Amino acid sequence: MTGTIDFLLVSMILANLWVLGSSRLPSCIRAVAFQGVALGLLPFALYPGHITWDLVMLALVSITLKAVVFPHLLKRALLEARVDPQVEPFVGHGISVVVGVASLALSVALFRRHPLPIVPPSDLLMPVAVSTLLVGLFMLIARRKALTQALGYLVFENGIQAFGLGVLQHAPLMVELGILLDIFFAVFVMGITLFHIRRAFATLDTLEMAELRG
Amino acid sequence: MSMLLGLFLAPLLAGLIHRVKAFFAGRQGRPLLQLYWDLARLVRKHMVLSRTTTPVFLLGPALSLVSLLACLTLIPLGGPALLRFPGDILLFLGLLALVRFATVLAAMDTGSSFEGMGASREVAIGALAEPGIFLSLAVLVVQTRALSLSGIWARSGPELWSRAGLVMVLVGIAMFLLLLAENSRIPVDDPNTHLELTMIHEVMVLDHSGPALAVIEYASALKLWIGSLLLSSLVFPLHSGSAWLDLLGGVGVVFLVALAVGLVESTSARLSMLRVPQFVGLSSALSLLALFLVIR
Repeated sequence: MTGTIDFLLVSMILANLWVLGSSRLPSCIRAVAFQGVALGLLPFALYPGHITWDLVMLALVSITLKAVVFPHLLKRALLEARVDPQVEPFVGHGISVVVGVASLALSVALFRRHPLPIVPPSDLLMPVAVSTLLVGLFMLIARRKALTQALGYLVFENGIQAFGLGVLQHAPLMVELGILLDIFFAVFVMGITLFHIRRAFATLDTLEMAELRG
Repeated sequence: MSMLLGLFLAPLLAGLIHRVKAFFAGRQGRPLLQLYWDLARLVRKHMVLSRTTTPVFLLGPALSLVSLLACLTLIPLGGPALLRFPGDILLFLGLLALVRFATVLAAMDTGSSFEGMGASREVAIGALAEPGIFLSLAVLVVQTRALSLSGIWARSGPELWSRAGLVMVLVGIAMFLLLLAENSRIPVDDPNTHLELTMIHEVMVLDHSGPALAVIEYASALKLWIGSLLLSSLVFPLHSGSAWLDLLGGVGVVFLVALAVGLVESTSARLSMLRVPQFVGLSSALSLLALFLVIR
């Protein structure tokens, strides 16, 4: 199973680098969707002995949300707000990818120096989770558009979910569903908000949003 | 034997790539052996030498051809290489760097501003590509615990693929991207373009003519052969037991790589110059990732 686990984890890392390196918004959205699929399949590879119906259900719901619903909502927001699909980074794409790789190196070093009291099912899982988290945070601060910040939030959330997979073998179903519902609403609201921001400010550039308007 | 094969077959790769591109464009394409005829024609011609050039101008092509021949003695194909010793990887990479250095020096020697521009681009891309090559070879070294190219060749293969397939895929992709960048193929540079503002490799050899140009054309064909051989021998080697079969398989993979280059060239557009560092950096990122997987 290590092969499959590694494959999924590397897909997540590649999705991180893809988000950081891509200069078009639709491509970024696709990268996040791809990461969602890899993450949704991860529990089956990690705990092959514990596949239950609710786990399958949860994976299905999570993959549907992250790979179909969110990208759709964000693309709608992109189209309706008539956003220019260029990413406009504060930190260039090349340097962003370097930051992504550096975050992975940092997380690997971190977990090598401070091992967790519990033994995660794969020694690469925790570093990837933390690096995904860091990439999400980096996306939040290093990109200008409000839409990319929504994407950063999603990547960040993926990181948290991956981290949770390593710590808890089985989060209660209700908690997981609750989290998914929360993200769903968050993305929903973000889509609508983006539209309103666009109407009020005529731009999605966060630098322009310095004053309040009624 | 495998070396002679390389010397004879190298120009065929260029012909094959051209045919693939022509096929995609719906054309007949030029003959597979065109580069051989071109070389024969160029050798018979006179050379035009500018008065501003110094002997360095002719030393450039000669030096790059000699270094590439030396590279060819180090790289295994269907059997261990002619020369092998622990650490020959560094010599191999050093020789490749020497090729670039010689070409750039000869280009600068003409004093033409265009060639200077091409030289600066070539060096910029080379500086980005080098960490990628070092890292991907480092991955293979760590993975096989061998310090020479022949050693890697001996211990790489299907067994390694089943043990660390993911790593090999990453290294393979990284090396292929580097092959495209190093041989000035399409996403990075277009070997057919003759617009001074966009050329990289071609602009550096604008002033060479006759036999010197033949040497350069032949050297770049050899470089492509060596790059594909690196993929064929280190990442996809065959160990069937029979040396002839291994040799045949190795050459087959080299031609498959050329086919893949042709496919990429016909299906993708050239990247703008500003995006090139990103493309080349991607290969470094991939091999770094593979290195993490190996040494975690």
